[in-house]
Amino acid sequence: MKYLTNLLLAGSASLFASVAMAQNTNLRVAMQLEPPNLDPTAGAAQAIDSVVYSNIFEGLTRFMSDGSVVPGLAKSWEISGDGLSYTFHLQSGVTFHDGTTMDAEDVKFSLDRARAEDSTNAQKALFSSIAEVSVVDPLTVQITLNAPNGSLLFNLAWGDAVIVAPESIETAATKPIGTGAFMFSNWVQGDRIDIVRNPTYWGTPATLDSASFRFISDPTAAFAAVMAEDVDVFVGFPAPENLPQFEADPRFQVLVGNTEGETILAMNNALPPFDNVLVRQAVAHAIDRQAIIDGAMYGIGTPIGTHFAPHNPDYVDLTALSAYDPEKSRALLAEAGLPDGFTTTLKLPPPSYARRGGEIIAAQLRAVGITAEIENQEWAQWLENTFKGHDFGMTIVSHTEPMDIGIYANPKYYFQYDNPALQALMTTLTSTTDPAARSALLAQAQTMIAEDYVNGYLFELAVPTVARAGINGLWLNQPTAAIDLTAVSWP
Amino acid sequence: MRLPRSLLIGGFLSLLFLGGAALSLFWTPYDIEILSISSRLQTPSAMHWLGTDQLGRDMLSMVMMGTRTSIAVALLAVGIGMGLGVPLGLLAAARRGSLLDEVIMRGNDLIFAFPSLVIAILITAVFGAGAMNAIIAIGIFNVPVFARLTRGSALSFWSRDFILAARVSGKSASRISVEHILPNIANLMIVQGTIQFSLGILAEAALSYIGLGAQPPIASWGRMLADAQTLASIAPHVALVPGMAIVLMVLGLNLMGDGLRDLLDPRIRVTRT
Repeated sequence: MKYLTNLLLAGSASLFASVAMAQNTNLRVAMQLEPPNLDPTAGAAQAIDSVVYSNIFEGLTRFMSDGSVVPGLAKSWEISGDGLSYTFHLQSGVTFHDGTTMDAEDVKFSLDRARAEDSTNAQKALFSSIAEVSVVDPLTVQITLNAPNGSLLFNLAWGDAVIVAPESIETAATKPIGTGAFMFSNWVQGDRIDIVRNPTYWGTPATLDSASFRFISDPTAAFAAVMAEDVDVFVGFPAPENLPQFEADPRFQVLVGNTEGETILAMNNALPPFDNVLVRQAVAHAIDRQAIIDGAMYGIGTPIGTHFAPHNPDYVDLTALSAYDPEKSRALLAEAGLPDGFTTTLKLPPPSYARRGGEIIAAQLRAVGITAEIENQEWAQWLENTFKGHDFGMTIVSHTEPMDIGIYANPKYYFQYDNPALQALMTTLTSTTDPAARSALLAQAQTMIAEDYVNGYLFELAVPTVARAGINGLWLNQPTAAIDLTAVSWP
Repeated sequence: MRLPRSLLIGGFLSLLFLGGAALSLFWTPYDIEILSISSRLQTPSAMHWLGTDQLGRDMLSMVMMGTRTSIAVALLAVGIGMGLGVPLGLLAAARRGSLLDEVIMRGNDLIFAFPSLVIAILITAVFGAGAMNAIIAIGIFNVPVFARLTRGSALSFWSRDFILAARVSGKSASRISVEHILPNIANLMIVQGTIQFSLGILAEAALSYIGLGAQPPIASWGRMLADAQTLASIAPHVALVPGMAIVLMVLGLNLMGDGLRDLLDPRIRVTRT
């Protein structure tokens, strides 16, 4: 009998041990949106990068969580004196997941494909300064520019600039083959994407054996899934009001990090009355940023006064230019010939910062006499009618691309700001490589758009990550959309 | 004669909400268009009888304004249903057996065959979310309910002697329908109206819960409930208040409908006395 009990105990102990072991090498990660495909070089959706960046695909350089750019597949590089030629030395012994070797030919193929005339790359502008990519030897690539570009190394770190193989690129949308520490394993559409550790990874191998990405967009379902421990990590948790509960619970840890998401109240600069800078200024002064951050985001988020990330060293704090001042707002409206205010539309995409923020902004605008008729739109509708069709008065959206102040130089961009002075400034910026000169130009650009009140600048979006206590190595900040699991480990 | 108890309770609840909605036309405890983020999610107190919501608005004022939206949407929707359904039913009964009767009734069957809320979602999704489209969507689905009831009950009168007398005296079918049949089926319409009214309130709450009803800043019970969803574990009253409002209002209307039927239906009255 005693023998039997011992056996049972031993049996159950080993059973528990194996359960614990199995759990500690697999990670279940949840995010809000499912990617439409898995080829980061051909799609704009952030969710693609969230899954594949650094896990499956790697570029010549890469971002770290703090926003710095470090060597990736290129272990080192030299820049010629005139700034026109970059020589990259590649890591040796790198293979793609299908066993083929990654060499200079693949780099040339990837960059040429991304910048080609018929390229479907979502960020073609990243490659516009490249004149030629040439193979020096299998482990050396030379990139020649048509003008000096101070941000080439930064541009090459984007998910859109990852290195792909000509043999496997055709099927990358459903079966991505990269060089990363994880290999794609399975995609159950509408449910999850599984990845497994790459046993022949060239760098530091991943600690996890496998991971699966799940997609939960509903805030209530997200809360339930984390509470029930159905997922181990939720990146971009959609309901900030629930974070204090997770913080108080010893089972979880909450990380609130920076993103590159400038959340703005965009105004249609080509549509009267927003073509009048006085009206735009009146809108800017009618908005109480702190009330929006507190009311819509439950206090997470940093106020911004221009289209630039506050954690960037080149950021200029211009929030005072558009301080909350309803009296001044009413005076400006009167000066613009609209003493009784006006009526316009406010189109809101699904994220809670837009839907909740919109309700608060509409109330604040109403206080100065501006009637903003709220219309909630789904993403497809918003992209088609508002973003592409320019059919809006105002809208709220977060611009999550890093260093995207350049969109103000494009008069066709959805808020239709057309200022030749800023366009010239941006052209100068692209060809400037001296860091001090770049900082000065960036400060000038930030001030220019803030003084022109192009849009209402609200706050820098924060990204909350809720994870089981003890999980290490998760990214705190999101310098680019990525859920990099290569350094993640269980305790 | 004693009034049915269900009528008393239902009438009291309905009048309570009607009174609140009427009062909100002139006065609410607080202005719900003014947000006060710093005083959000307060529990019920002497200052705010039902607490405050996630944007610091007074919940009692929100419920009063929401009642108004619910009643306005449901009333207009039932109005559309009655306004179109009753004449169609009368016409079909007057021309019973004709091709016109067939066309009217089969058309109504067609509408009736669709799950009403799904089509209401379709209508608001195509024509845009808003109170007006919600009214039209809910209204359309009230048409066959009234058309069928009107035709069915009108038919039973067409064979009665007093109608025969009216026909012999040379009155046209439409005059008979309006002068003799309509007054006789009016009580049925009132009972059905209260039932449809409570269903209309539920439909409005359902549509606005999924974001297809009245848009902010118009207060609406369904949207209050949807907004409160993630707050249920932090501030339960934000979800409980609109939830209870829907339950009590619909319960009140249904009890009142039952009571009215007991009161107005002559057959039941006979068995009672």
